[in-house]
Amino acid sequence: MEKLEFQFKAASATPAAGTALCGVVGSGNLEILIRPGEPADTCQVHIRTSARGFGRIWEAVIAEFAARHPVGGTRIDINDMGATPAVVSLRLSQALGDYTGGAQ
Amino acid sequence: MNARQPFTLRRSWFEATARARLQALLDPASFREFLPPETSEPSPHLAVLDIPGAFDDGVIIGAGRLDGREVLVIAQEGQFMGGAVGEIHGAKIVGLLKRAQRDKPAAVLFLADSGGVRLHEANAGLIAISEIMRAVLDTRAAGVPVLALVGGSCGAFGGMGIVTRLCSAVIMSEEGRLALSGPEVIETVAGVEEFDSKDRALVWRVTGGKHRYLTGDCAALAEDEAADFSRVAAQLLAGWQEDVPSLAALRAEQARLSTRRTRFAGLRDGLDVWAALGVAEPGQVPLMDRDSLVDLKKGLPQ
Repeated sequence: MEKLEFQFKAASATPAAGTALCGVVGSGNLEILIRPGEPADTCQVHIRTSARGFGRIWEAVIAEFAARHPVGGTRIDINDMGATPAVVSLRLSQALGDYTGGAQ
Repeated sequence: MNARQPFTLRRSWFEATARARLQALLDPASFREFLPPETSEPSPHLAVLDIPGAFDDGVIIGAGRLDGREVLVIAQEGQFMGGAVGEIHGAKIVGLLKRAQRDKPAAVLFLADSGGVRLHEANAGLIAISEIMRAVLDTRAAGVPVLALVGGSCGAFGGMGIVTRLCSAVIMSEEGRLALSGPEVIETVAGVEEFDSKDRALVWRVTGGKHRYLTGDCAALAEDEAADFSRVAAQLLAGWQEDVPSLAALRAEQARLSTRRTRFAGLRDGLDVWAALGVAEPGQVPLMDRDSLVDLKKGLPQ
């Protein structure tokens, strides 16, 4: 298992729910928990992944996500069981959709 | 497909996650989770082994309404480590069952989807399973029925197979499976001549929902759909009288099981068992729909 932590600056998210959870820690899948975090212009990401040595890819996928969406003022926790970058991107969008009450 | 026929969305129980099953099973917006993911903790045992845990440790507990009745619910997530029971997972289930003994809901619905003990957690997992068994019996003794709903990809095996049969009644779909040792375990221990775990049709003929319904281990068959599990559970609960476990009842059950063991001894396949039960064309059973099978069972000699 590898633990990774990243921080990105982003415009503030507007939560509709207190927290949002999506996905399951199953093979090739991951679960994402989004909840309010400090400060309002920062997105903190904490990852536990079963696949070692992919830190730079995680960073790129999440940086791209943070650039596309207003995700400031959140803390995102991820438990991963070997999801591909595409699955990670989709789950992040899904989790943020649930958190902000937007697209399901 | 006929384009003019309206498309109906089926919510497969087998394919759904535990959370999706709960949302679809209970009355809309009635589910309230206890120890939600943000307050629960992943397994410390898995962390020591360098394996990522799940926030809810693979089980969701809470309260909701089924057809207007207040119920408590337990839902195991089969996709996380095969729904296996670890220490936190087990503690959440036991806590929920103790709450049921205190609050006396109309029922506890136990959505089982598990291969049994989480071997990574060794003794902690074994103890958790035995605590769940005791808690199920205590809950029933307190007059609260515990219904097991089995239709997930992991079925109910090992310790969870025992827990499932300790419940007041079992509802299964054809896709669900219920047994003690899993197919791979039997093949590993006794050899492929004894049991070929790759033969999926055979696996379902000896552990699947239809077999368990014919042998009486499961009280009712549901379609592989959340709405149908919901309907069948509500139907079963209407007018349910939870019998307080007694020594006499246990002895009678033991006698029934001993007779059954002698009666079916030496039979190698579900097909043989169904023939022994009086099914005229056992080969047709796997092809039958739910309602036809229910009718077939009604016509069998008791």
